[in-house]
Amino acid sequence: MNNKQIQIAKRQQIQDLIFQYTTQFFACGVLLALAGIIVSLFIDAWPALHQFGPGFFFSTEWDIIGGEFGGFVAIYGTLLTSLIALVIAVPLSFGIAVFLTEICPARLRRPFGTAIELLAAVPSIIYGMFGLFFFVPLFAKYVEPALAATLGQIPVIGILFSGSFNGIGVLCAGLILAMMILPFIASIMRDVFEIVPPVLKESAYGIGCTTWEVICRIVLPYTSTGVIGGIMLGLGRALGETMAVTFVIGNAHSISPSLFAAGSSIASTLANEFGEAEEGAHLSSLFALGLALFIITLIILTLAKWMLIRMEKAKGVKT
Amino acid sequence: MNTANHTKQNSPLFAKRKLSNFIGLSLSISAMLIGMAILLWILTILFVKGFSEIDLEIFTASVPGPGSKNGGLLNAIVGSLLLVGTCTLVSTPIGVLAGLYLSEYGDRSRIAAITRFITDIMLSAPSIVIGLFVYAIFVAQIKHFSGWAGTVALALIAVPVIVRTTENMLRLVPGSLREAAYALGAPKWKVAFKVTLKAAQSGVMTGILLAIARVSGETAPLLFTALNNQFFSLNMNAPMANLPVTIFQFAMSPYDNWNGLAWGGALLITMAVLLINIVARLAFKKEKLS
Repeated sequence: MNNKQIQIAKRQQIQDLIFQYTTQFFACGVLLALAGIIVSLFIDAWPALHQFGPGFFFSTEWDIIGGEFGGFVAIYGTLLTSLIALVIAVPLSFGIAVFLTEICPARLRRPFGTAIELLAAVPSIIYGMFGLFFFVPLFAKYVEPALAATLGQIPVIGILFSGSFNGIGVLCAGLILAMMILPFIASIMRDVFEIVPPVLKESAYGIGCTTWEVICRIVLPYTSTGVIGGIMLGLGRALGETMAVTFVIGNAHSISPSLFAAGSSIASTLANEFGEAEEGAHLSSLFALGLALFIITLIILTLAKWMLIRMEKAKGVKT
Repeated sequence: MNTANHTKQNSPLFAKRKLSNFIGLSLSISAMLIGMAILLWILTILFVKGFSEIDLEIFTASVPGPGSKNGGLLNAIVGSLLLVGTCTLVSTPIGVLAGLYLSEYGDRSRIAAITRFITDIMLSAPSIVIGLFVYAIFVAQIKHFSGWAGTVALALIAVPVIVRTTENMLRLVPGSLREAAYALGAPKWKVAFKVTLKAAQSGVMTGILLAIARVSGETAPLLFTALNNQFFSLNMNAPMANLPVTIFQFAMSPYDNWNGLAWGGALLITMAVLLINIVARLAFKKEKLS
């Protein structure tokens, strides 16, 4: 009897160990995947990085026939479109988050919140088609002339809003990106706004603060780390977004001072050229671009996560 | 006297504060209206352009040649179902087991913390780079595009989603439930698998559904892996037709019939994704209440 019990206990111990190591194996698989991505991209990018040196990232050359490649145009396009997207999306998502946490009647919070989350779930290719077939014509006909007539007249920044009104271009790509990252940033902001202890808000209301003052002086300072983390998470999304940008950016390998001009981003270059690229310098340069994109997003996302984790810790301490 | 004076002095300030409050709140309401308008605008366009394309033929015929009248999206729909289905089969066990590790075994250990961090980063990693990676380790090695490569690329996107939701859902299970199982002499793996996981079942299902919704619309990682196929094929070891890439190619093409089918496909895929999302949320809400 006693012997049997020991046997069972031993068997269970072994099963336990097996189970633990299996689950651990899969958890570590995620780590391996990340390391694998960096290593394999680096291996495939090495010929280009070796041939063109670090100058690859600063050269505007992209001559497929001549075999001269540089990543600057695509990197510039990626950063610029994401920056435009942030400038537009951040105030809007802040407004949405404020609406969802402070203004909206409690009963409507859930449906409105779900609607915003559904906006985030719409596949990016749909944004691309929507952008190309509906947004671009409107943009070329109304928005661009209006911008050129107003902002375009200001001496220094006027050059940003000049040029022909094609609709397609860096500014349009930035706007479509803004629509895409808006729900991401808004839902993170809403989540961090919700962790503000009610006591803090109530005491502010108690001394006669208006809702807007409570938001600006209590909620925002309390959640600033989380808000910035959310914005950076949105930036990470914008940097890597492929399909929507490919549809509307115009895919030109040039840098123009005007925001109305066509450009290209890393992701759109990859989507357009990778399928047809010849082995050798071209393919390897595309891998180098992919590596650059991955590392840029990795840094941004790491910072974002780090800030959000700090926010979560604050939540544990201060409540 | 004193009070009256006080009020008089502050009344411009009070008006200013009220005004800025009004402006701030109106701006935030208009931000919400803009957000809703974008959603409605996109959905309206999808229905207007796509609804007339959806008939029986779209489900029964394969993609037509350029310019011809007939044809549907059968091969693309079947291909997408195969890719997403195999991706779910591969990523569910991996994701759930990894989530179990993070919540039941790793908990506060350093390796669990790192895994959690990396998983969160992989959640937002650019999907086109994942396509590049799978191209490099899979497609370039076997020297042809294949459905399996598409499955792997999609799984790399789905696993982090499942891991994180599984872990969060397992953490919601009260510790007393685990303790009760231990007290009955159950070994740890049985507790984790048959008690904790079972209690968090619907939450875990939500995670899996959200992962399915996420990968169904992904185009970028399929461009260099599954590619596309003009013909009906169930061979996962060959280029595989799928809805997103078909929509991409058809929308960019100059042919009217292809453009039309692209809108039909776009409506189908958006409805599917939104429906899965709503079902996932409702399922979880019900569980929370009970």
